[in-house]
Amino acid sequence: MSAGWIPACKTGDVGAEDVVRFDHGGRTFAIYRTADDKYYATDGLCTHEKVHLAHGFVMDTIIECAKHNGRFDFTTGEAKGAPACIHLKTYPVKVEAGQVFLQLD
Amino acid sequence: MESQTPMPIPKRDYSLVGSETQRAYEKGLVSAPWYASPIARPRLKELMRRKDGPAIRHTLLWFALIIGSGTAAFLTWGTWGCVPALFVYGTLYGSTSDSRWHECGHRTAFKTVWMNDVVYYIASFMVLREATAWRWSHTRHHTDTIIVGRDPEIAVPRPPGLFAVCLKFFALPGGLRELAKIARHCFGRLNAVEKDYIPGSEHPRVFREARVYAAIYVATIACALATGSILPLMLVGLPSFYGAWLVVVFGLTQHAGLAEDVLDHRLNCRTVYMNPVFRYLYWNMNYHVEHHMFPLVPYHALPALHEELKADMPPAYRGLVETYREIIPALLRQAKDPAYCVKRPLPLAADAALQGGQA
Ligand code: FES
Repeated sequence: MSAGWIPACKTGDVGAEDVVRFDHGGRTFAIYRTADDKYYATDGLCTHEKVHLAHGFVMDTIIECAKHNGRFDFTTGEAKGAPACIHLKTYPVKVEAGQVFLQLD
Repeated sequence: MESQTPMPIPKRDYSLVGSETQRAYEKGLVSAPWYASPIARPRLKELMRRKDGPAIRHTLLWFALIIGSGTAAFLTWGTWGCVPALFVYGTLYGSTSDSRWHECGHRTAFKTVWMNDVVYYIASFMVLREATAWRWSHTRHHTDTIIVGRDPEIAVPRPPGLFAVCLKFFALPGGLRELAKIARHCFGRLNAVEKDYIPGSEHPRVFREARVYAAIYVATIACALATGSILPLMLVGLPSFYGAWLVVVFGLTQHAGLAEDVLDHRLNCRTVYMNPVFRYLYWNMNYHVEHHMFPLVPYHALPALHEELKADMPPAYRGLVETYREIIPALLRQAKDPAYCVKRPLPLAADAALQGGQA
């Protein structure tokens, strides 16, 4: 396997327009699947108050945090307004043979 | 026999920068995980789905009612006919704006973000809350709901001052405090409490908004002086006071008399069944336990969320009368015994699980 690519989940583990949590090496990530079956990954905790984004709601390419409705574009990590003011870190993702991989730094 | 001096009633410190704040940290109550009732993710996703339709319809009707009653007040000004017109106008302006402020503040009322924001700013002005400052206040209210020393939105601190509760029906003294805050923010000043929950990056926005509010008030006062009539102020500004009564009637049902310093919204929030007219005026905020537990669910889906969760909830109240039969005695008792609170009965299975989890 090429450097830094970590198997995160099966493609079917994430519903369309949804998000799941993935923990690895003491860190937590959020893996997203869009309505047209593209996959993305970000840090798993909201930059506002460290709540798991996997409890949130996916609309198009936006993840809305379950705690205070803070919004991020999970394709870029951009925070879309208060109370989400600090951008999210994103990670490269690839899909091979039904497996979602993310690349850690 | 010696006469006993009555013990002073102990008071808690509700300031966000006082002694109770440290205590809340020490007790693990700050930014803590809260209980959430079980619900299948696919069903929750259905309920979280956003729509524009219901809020557009409800908002157009709301504006029509406000403009209609305002026009009636204008046309009947100087006659007794303006009293009912102003009563309706003031209540719509000063009270029902609270729920629009709330739902659009969460950006869940409409699917379209800018629609939430436009209604949020209008409703914030009407309910006399600075939009950005109160967005952050409400954010904290959701992080630390009714945690003393952390929540800036505890409506009835203990022991409750009963006269103070009555003054709330006219937005006093809260409305005057808001005006003082606006004046302070116009000059670019925030106090220590505000700095505790409004991040520095948002301060310039707070100051800008305060200046816009102040400009509207100054223009309205100038209009009143120019016309030699108080009517402009009866239509803009004063309704936030004389129309505030319904905010209190509805709003006190949310948390008054219930537990402080718990991490389970079933114990510190109420869900109250209301008739369709009240639910329209209040935008379903009467499903308050459900809203706090799952704030991503828009107001129009809260009745359905309630159906999903009610087996894991204390029984909902059957209307305002039943609710106030609990709240009024509770507040009277808390005036003498601030440690008292209404204990909400959890469903047996849920209660057992909670005791086990917190043992
Ligand atoms: S914790 Fe995510 S928006 Fe507050």
